[in-house]
Amino acid sequence: MGVKIKSMKYSDFLDNESLELFKKTGGSVMLTTIDDVIDWGRSNSIWPLTFATSCCGIEMMATGASRHDFARFGIEVYRASPRQADVIVVAGTIVNKMAPVLKRLYDQMSEPKYVIAMGACAVSGGPFFYNTYHVVRGVDHVIPVDVYIPGCPPRPEALLYGVMQLQRKIKLETIGRSEKDKKLVNQ
Amino acid sequence: MKEVVNLPVDSIEREEYHINMGPQHPSTHGVLRLVVTLQGEIVKKVQPHCGYIHRGIEKMCEKDTYQQIIHLTDRMDYLSAHINNHAVCLLVEGALQVEVPERVVYIRTILDELNRIASHQLWWSSFGMDLGGLTCFFYGLRDREKILDIFEESFGSRLLHSYYLPGGLMQDIHPNFQNRVKEFIKYNRRKIKDYDRILSGNIIFLERSQDVGVMSKELAINYGVNGPSGRGSGWACDIRKKYPYAAYEKVEFNEVLRTEGDTYARYMVRMQEIRESMNIIEQLIDNIPEGDFSVKMKPIIKLPAGEYYQRVESARGELGVYCISDGNKTPFRMKFRTPSFVNLGVLDTISREMKIADLVAIGASLDLVIPDIDR
Repeated sequence: MGVKIKSMKYSDFLDNESLELFKKTGGSVMLTTIDDVIDWGRSNSIWPLTFATSCCGIEMMATGASRHDFARFGIEVYRASPRQADVIVVAGTIVNKMAPVLKRLYDQMSEPKYVIAMGACAVSGGPFFYNTYHVVRGVDHVIPVDVYIPGCPPRPEALLYGVMQLQRKIKLETIGRSEKDKKLVNQ
Repeated sequence: MKEVVNLPVDSIEREEYHINMGPQHPSTHGVLRLVVTLQGEIVKKVQPHCGYIHRGIEKMCEKDTYQQIIHLTDRMDYLSAHINNHAVCLLVEGALQVEVPERVVYIRTILDELNRIASHQLWWSSFGMDLGGLTCFFYGLRDREKILDIFEESFGSRLLHSYYLPGGLMQDIHPNFQNRVKEFIKYNRRKIKDYDRILSGNIIFLERSQDVGVMSKELAINYGVNGPSGRGSGWACDIRKKYPYAAYEKVEFNEVLRTEGDTYARYMVRMQEIRESMNIIEQLIDNIPEGDFSVKMKPIIKLPAGEYYQRVESARGELGVYCISDGNKTPFRMKFRTPSFVNLGVLDTISREMKIADLVAIGASLDLVIPDIDR
């Protein structure tokens, strides 16, 4: 049996691959790359920033609470300071007055840092898209976004799925310089 | 040498300095920014800065039809979404003099009270968390999920429902609704004793909440602080009693009043209100009449030209909707008198000469929802 989600295989949910590998081979020594170890560690302890502007924040709280329990995915400790956080879940509308604050929060976070845009407002401006003078139409105008979660507000399950997608993304990272970094250095 | 070391400490105690609390701060429950003037640890002045989540809902209402306005009011005070919807629905129905079926009135009242319980439970969770009791957070949200399950079964959404429409409801309730509500009431009566055991009698909690942020009855009336915060100061301001709407005339319930006016009184009022809400639901749940779940309205609603005002008791206090219509399909002007905005006004006065840690407790006891302030 397994969780059935279209476009995501059950094997992708197995986050502790090294243990499974041990079980399969029966050995006691395992060779791996530094990349794999670091990515495994990073992807399984993502600390989010306590950042919520509106309704989606309540669903984020519900995800962290008893029933849905964020902690199963290692996204456990809500940090109040951006300097200790790995991921910023932009939960709620970002209006023009808030945008510089969000940018500063993002800049204060230490690398590696990730952004999840949670809810219709953070993705595109949501219900406040038309006939308005105040809303940032999508938080990606201000900071780069890794995962988009649609919904108004998204269900806690949707947020969990989004976090899993982020974990998959982290697992593909390398500590070597990426092409993007090289470009930045050359400039 | 000694003087040089002592100088900064002295100057901190003597001189006033400012601290920015927010806009990103966990205990302001959102993006409220408080510029706090301090002398040492003593709060001298609190200046709230609003607008970090100003979404222009009032302006957007001028472009929307009356059915579309409903979904914007959800997002104002998202913890009592049903009650916000109720205010607009009552305003439109009152202006058009539409009689909604008795079934709708009963269901709306039950859902309002369920929403009030959910809101107070979440408030209790975050209040406990602000004062350092993380267990409250897990207990409160665990029981709140039971209400959300009931909501979800009937109309598919957890937080923002948009279930009420002018003239009735979006669809009929689920056949299981009554049984599940009764189950929940039974469950919650047991759990609320746990709440009291964890927090209400806890000596650390009592030390931090009693005689903190005392608001006299005069002060509450002067600042218009109503809802549970005002009733903690002894001001009888329950809209459900004073200007009954929906089915509140048919039920018996007490208006919870405390006279101390401190943070603990506001806490106890809300705890008692959860029980009163359960009493109201119990009186109604078995008597939901049969009938239609809505009356037929015109697809485009046009209110007759004029001014209208409708008030309801939301989980935070009086929610007033003021509407000027010029006879078109959209209102000419829509104004919301939101309880959080009014309650924020008194924060400066009651937190003066308190410690900065008490400011967190006082702010939490006023139960501010920031998008409700900024709209």
